Amino acid sequence: MGEKRFMKGNEAIAEAAVRAGCRFFAGYPITPQNEIPEYLSWRLPEVGGVFVQGESEISSVNMVYGAAAMGTRAMTSSSGPGISLKAEGISYLAAAMLPAVIVNISRGGPGLGSIQPAQSDYLQATKALGHGGFHAMVFAPYSAQEAVDVLYEAWDYAERDRNPVFVLMDGCLGNIMEEVELPPMKELDEPPEWSLSRRNGRDWQGNITPIYTEPILEGLNAMAGEMYKSWEDDVKVEEYMLDDAEYVIVAYGIAARVSKEAVDTLRARGVKIGLLRPITLFPFPKSNLRNLDYSRVKGIIDIEMTLPAQMREDIELQVMERCPVYEYGRSGGVLLDDDGVLEAIEGFIEGGENNG
Amino acid sequence: MAEYKRSNLIADAPSGYCPGCLHSLATRLVSDVICELGQEDNSINVISVGCSALNLLYWKGDFLGVAHGRAPASATGIKRTNPERLVFTYQGDGDLAAIGLAEIVSAANRGENFTVIFANNQTYGMTGGQLAPTTLIGQKTTTTVYGRDPAVAGYPMRMCELLNTLEAPQYIARFALNSPKGINQARAGIKKAFEYQLAGKGFTFIELLTNCPTNWKMSPLDTLEYMNENTIPYFKPGVYRDKEAEVK
Amino acid sequence: MVEINPILCKSCGYCVRFCPKQVLSIGKTRNKRGFFYPELSDPDNCISCAVCATVCPEGAIELPGKGGENDG
Repeated sequence: MGEKRFMKGNEAIAEAAVRAGCRFFAGYPITPQNEIPEYLSWRLPEVGGVFVQGESEISSVNMVYGAAAMGTRAMTSSSGPGISLKAEGISYLAAAMLPAVIVNISRGGPGLGSIQPAQSDYLQATKALGHGGFHAMVFAPYSAQEAVDVLYEAWDYAERDRNPVFVLMDGCLGNIMEEVELPPMKELDEPPEWSLSRRNGRDWQGNITPIYTEPILEGLNAMAGEMYKSWEDDVKVEEYMLDDAEYVIVAYGIAARVSKEAVDTLRARGVKIGLLRPITLFPFPKSNLRNLDYSRVKGIIDIEMTLPAQMREDIELQVMERCPVYEYGRSGGVLLDDDGVLEAIEGFIEGGENNG
Repeated sequence: MAEYKRSNLIADAPSGYCPGCLHSLATRLVSDVICELGQEDNSINVISVGCSALNLLYWKGDFLGVAHGRAPASATGIKRTNPERLVFTYQGDGDLAAIGLAEIVSAANRGENFTVIFANNQTYGMTGGQLAPTTLIGQKTTTTVYGRDPAVAGYPMRMCELLNTLEAPQYIARFALNSPKGINQARAGIKKAFEYQLAGKGFTFIELLTNCPTNWKMSPLDTLEYMNENTIPYFKPGVYRDKEAEVK
Repeated sequence: MVEINPILCKSCGYCVRFCPKQVLSIGKTRNKRGFFYPELSDPDNCISCAVCATVCPEGAIELPGKGGENDG
């Protein structure tokens, strides 16, 4: 049995990171993720770790780059505008094949946008976290507990792949308080042989670089492509009441939470509806969506807390016009609410295919 | 009778630098001092972008290639998690004084316990000789074809003087590599900076005035004279900060 | 006594320029990269001061002693 605590989502992320072995954090203040650096500023020194408040998001992610090169489990967090500034560093992490964890507690965008919660960074997270055409695994937990579970395993994936891992949440999930069960502190291994650490007894020259000669770079990119394909085995998804569903909501994070409520309400009214909730956004749960029984399913409903919907294209690629795809969302920091979601879904169902 | 043996921290092959480039001399000096201090296996060269990146193929000790201007940030991540290592960044003037200005000033201000080796050749060598923050007034570059005009491009930035306004740095010094005397002083300064770091004292900064025969469009020997007449009068060599000496 | 490694030389001329005894000169032979490298043209007057080694960007000039601290 783990230790139960009542925590904010952001604090739960921070504590889970420490228990997962994170020993270096660098970050820059930005709402709504501030509880993560604030918590780690006192918590990391308690376990022999290091917290640095960087002069910018750019410098913070490059501090993480340095720590990760030494084989230290390292993390940074931010929100939309700050993630854009980290894009360069995330690309360098991928190029130098360095494991690290980046958390985005997202808010309304584009630009400075708003400080209120939004899911406006799906495309950035899943398609282009930086220049150069690379991917990171993207996890999208929908509760403080699931965030703990994701963070606890995040470095295992990152080190397995020698690639950064990205966690996409939003200001709601970062700031709601929930009971979480915390796992025990992980025992840390020696720094890996590829790292620049000498604490593992390495006695040969070590070097890590984000630049390569052309044939080597081509080879590494091809290998990365194979790695992305292998992630199909790592897909995490929740299927809720899909067995007889005629309508399937696809939603992640906070939108999935609101959608689950809607499913329960509509089921009580006799509507055959379910929820397909990607927990990994990249890899996207393609087969779960592709292999639905489209002789039964009458419509797919994409619910996101952003406008226009960003996940829609990924959904449509799997639905392949076998039924209409509807979308509903709020944006700019305006939150999804139960009534609005219910009303929209009922509208889609009543409107039928004309509404597609 | 003097002796000299090339260090084994640089490749047993010609560097990637152009003939007469004092970048390669700077790299060699740093490698000599690290060997002299017996730190070959303990040092980490944080290699930035620009001609300094030629070190990626030349440096034989542990190194980390980093993003343009971000070496002081990445060095912070290295040194804070591995304080026993001898960590230094190797940066040019575009890297350090333009794109990386926030990183260098902030690392210096935090008093990070690593050493910055700053090679100032007053131009962007790798990209073909554009205006740098350190380009001298009137100096021609590919983006100031009539010479640097302060009315549109400002004045050359003096990094030692700028960093010397901060409290935390322990040692700040500038040396010119265009004479045997300057080279010997630089070698002593680099050694002092590394000794400060090994003693855990804090941030140390070594600016090395270098040249760029290719982009200045001069013979190597002419660049040395140009430095005497133009560079050194503006960027005055000297020890700007030596905390240990102040205490004494 | 100076030992010149022709392979490393890029013919910048610094060693010749700064030699206090003018015992070095650029030779007439090219190395395999096409650079004329220096020769010790007046070995009798070399005082082994190591100025040439000090100013050589490439470390192409060594003055081996009886075993310096950089050995190894």
